[in-house]
Amino acid sequence: MTTAAADTENRVNYLNADYGIKSWLLTTDHKRIAILYLLSITMFFLLGGIAAVLIRIHLLEPNGAIFEPGSYNKLFSMHGIIMIFFFLIPSIPAVFGNFLVPMMIGARDLAFPKINLLSWYIYMVGGVLTLYAVIWGGVDTGWTFYTPLSTSYVNTNVLSAALGVFISGFSSILTGLNFVVTIHKMRAPGMTWFRMPLFLWAMYATSLIQILGTPVVAVTLVLVALERVFHIGIFDPAVGGDPILFQHLFWFYSHPAVYIMILPSMGVVSELIACFSKKRIFGYSFVAFSSVAIAVVSFVVWGHHMFVSGQSVYAGIVFSALSFVVAIPSAVKVFNWTATLYKGSISYQAPMLYALGFIGLFTMGGLTGLFLATLAVDTHVHDTYFVVGHFHYIMVGGAMMGYLGALHFWWPKITGRLYPDGWARLAAAIIFVGFNLTFFPQYMLGFLGMPRRYAIYPPEFQTLNVMSSAGASVLAVGYFIPLVYLLWSLKYGPVAGPNPWGAKGLEWETASPPPTENFAQIPVVTEEAYAYGAKEDHVV
Amino acid sequence: MSGHVIPKSTYFLIFGSLLALTALTTGMAFVDLGPWNTVVALVIACFKASLVLLFFMHLRWSTPLNRVVWLSALLWLVILIGLTSIDFLSRSWTPMSEGWETSALHLPAPPTDLLHWR
Amino acid sequence: MSDSHAPSALAHQFEDLQQQQESASLGMWVFLATEVMFFGGLFAGYTIYRNLYLPGFEAGSHMLNVTIGALNTAVLIGSSLTMAMAVRAAQMGKRSALVTFLVMTIILGLAFVLIKLNFEWRHDYVEGLAPGLNFTFSGAHAKSVELFFFFYFAMTGVHALHMVVGMGILAVLVVQAWRGQYGADRFNMIEGFGLYWHFVDIIWIFLFPLLYLIGGRY
Repeated sequence: MTTAAADTENRVNYLNADYGIKSWLLTTDHKRIAILYLLSITMFFLLGGIAAVLIRIHLLEPNGAIFEPGSYNKLFSMHGIIMIFFFLIPSIPAVFGNFLVPMMIGARDLAFPKINLLSWYIYMVGGVLTLYAVIWGGVDTGWTFYTPLSTSYVNTNVLSAALGVFISGFSSILTGLNFVVTIHKMRAPGMTWFRMPLFLWAMYATSLIQILGTPVVAVTLVLVALERVFHIGIFDPAVGGDPILFQHLFWFYSHPAVYIMILPSMGVVSELIACFSKKRIFGYSFVAFSSVAIAVVSFVVWGHHMFVSGQSVYAGIVFSALSFVVAIPSAVKVFNWTATLYKGSISYQAPMLYALGFIGLFTMGGLTGLFLATLAVDTHVHDTYFVVGHFHYIMVGGAMMGYLGALHFWWPKITGRLYPDGWARLAAAIIFVGFNLTFFPQYMLGFLGMPRRYAIYPPEFQTLNVMSSAGASVLAVGYFIPLVYLLWSLKYGPVAGPNPWGAKGLEWETASPPPTENFAQIPVVTEEAYAYGAKEDHVV
Repeated sequence: MSGHVIPKSTYFLIFGSLLALTALTTGMAFVDLGPWNTVVALVIACFKASLVLLFFMHLRWSTPLNRVVWLSALLWLVILIGLTSIDFLSRSWTPMSEGWETSALHLPAPPTDLLHWR
Repeated sequence: MSDSHAPSALAHQFEDLQQQQESASLGMWVFLATEVMFFGGLFAGYTIYRNLYLPGFEAGSHMLNVTIGALNTAVLIGSSLTMAMAVRAAQMGKRSALVTFLVMTIILGLAFVLIKLNFEWRHDYVEGLAPGLNFTFSGAHAKSVELFFFFYFAMTGVHALHMVVGMGILAVLVVQAWRGQYGADRFNMIEGFGLYWHFVDIIWIFLFPLLYLIGGRY
């Protein structure tokens, strides 16, 4: 055992192939870039999380426990901006996409390794600038920068925050570009589109959204900046502009952006369900096409954020109908995952717990999305905690769980070490309980009428708020535990070996951690994805 | 690997056509076609753009995927402008009382001491 | 004829030169798709406001100089020709022709920007038609005219910015081409940049009628 461990320590892999800070900061190895992203987004998650903790403490009291309303506005804006642009949007694509896309298709690196490194630097520059904006002085417009508040009325760091987000958008675009070209052009011999792991389909679909949507929010933020400086009236009704035009341009990206945040997690869940059921994903091509369908349809539903904004009712009807349509491919996935579980050989290691948690919580969040897509219901719950509950079920119960599942599943591959699964399962359970305790009361609060983004609330809502804050403390504990055992595993965890889960996929056929060039020889693919054992009846 | 080399004459022909079309669209602006002026101008612009795309940018000899990428971008642009427009075009379909636009505008005046550069 | 640096022409992540060339080409087309959407936001705003305030937009458009606009269009189309010829020269491994055509492209691009800066923007600023900086027009539809001129400056400004960045890259390409870095088997950068430059030309092909020819000139 010790000898084997010593062997592993001595084998050259991407982690020890080169030493020194320069070898990391100037790397073009997609795996090292993934680690750079892992460290940065963990830092942003902690900062956004601190803001969340402060919000929940503040909301223990109906009159607000800590902050003045102006400061509270800056706090939730900071939470939203950091979590969305600097944690959720990059998370899985920048960490696991970067690490796994070349490995899963049997390539040595992405199509444009130097652009990949550039993406990280752009992300860091945008991130640092935005951190400056939200911490020194703050922004209080919410992450949505609605006009004319942001352009004409607030005396906060709107410009710097907008610039920071603008810059980081190019990181997103370049990552998406890299993935699209890589997946189209660099698949190993025999790796046809329909032999790719579903994670790659999800990354491809996510990249489509990043490429087509992000530029629009970029130019919109430029317009906000110009309006803020020059006051010409692009979005200012007093001089002929229309603030709703801003909302159209903003949400044209920001709605598909939420699918940037969820699609990668869905891809992860496909991998996890397949591996821990030891079974091929049921309806593989349906799941594959549903990823692309979600990406496409996500672009024609943005008006559902604007039902009560003054948008025309007829546009509202169109957007409402299309929003119902976009739920269908998501449902297709949930049905197919469930069918995969049926008669599978199921084991309940931590990654699987996260996957199962995802399916349940995402379904709940998704269903509440349908309530919100219904014009009549939305009129009642728009801008209430019902919306907050909805998107946190998707973002935290969905995307975050997918991220943690990915982290636990591929940790042995990335680091070469195993973590203690008992603690991991405990943490998953604590997260699940804490999550529901935090966010389920928010559905109720919203339905009862508590508005979002308010620093104070009527006293009759206090019980539910306290429940939510209590849940948040449980959730925080749940997030803290993996930090401990994962770091512990780096030094003391058992050596993982190439394939500790017995999973199918090219990334599991090379050493853990992988060598810099990924494969000694480019593999030739001869079997379908998820070719787990027993021959099945013809699966689509 | 050099691929398909396009003859100089083709390039010059396209260049000439583009100049002619520019002259045409400028000239047509001086002809009174009412609302059709815009349509004619845009059609000519699309034609010019197509010449640049097909010949200067080699889309004519390029992989189908490159063509799909370009067409998808155009489609997405149409989605952006089109779906946004359905809002603005249909606002008047809902009857509103007279003078509602200005009556609702009781916005406080924006502060004049804004730090614009932040 | 062409320096055969075959071993170093192929980047390590690619299997062969064709995969590399097709990836570079696809990468640039995907980038152009992002540029379509970036300008698209401006075109969307322009479309909405033109529909809402057509008289003001017509009035503003009539204040632009069609002759200079058309001339500049011709200049830019000329630069597209020289760029296409540059790619062709690279394809055929002709180093001095490549350098010549790249330099001609810079000159024509510079001409475009300088004509615009000096005869259009400076003129508009002096005439009091520069929103935010010096806007003094107070005739009919003044607010809509101001909005029109905002879009005029924003769209031609972003376009000009793309040209300036392009010329910066061209300068680098000229130096590299001069040093013999490009040959018949390695000119992906030239071809890729050519795509970018033609795209900027296409944007202008649409900007010209949309900004200069609104409402006709009869």
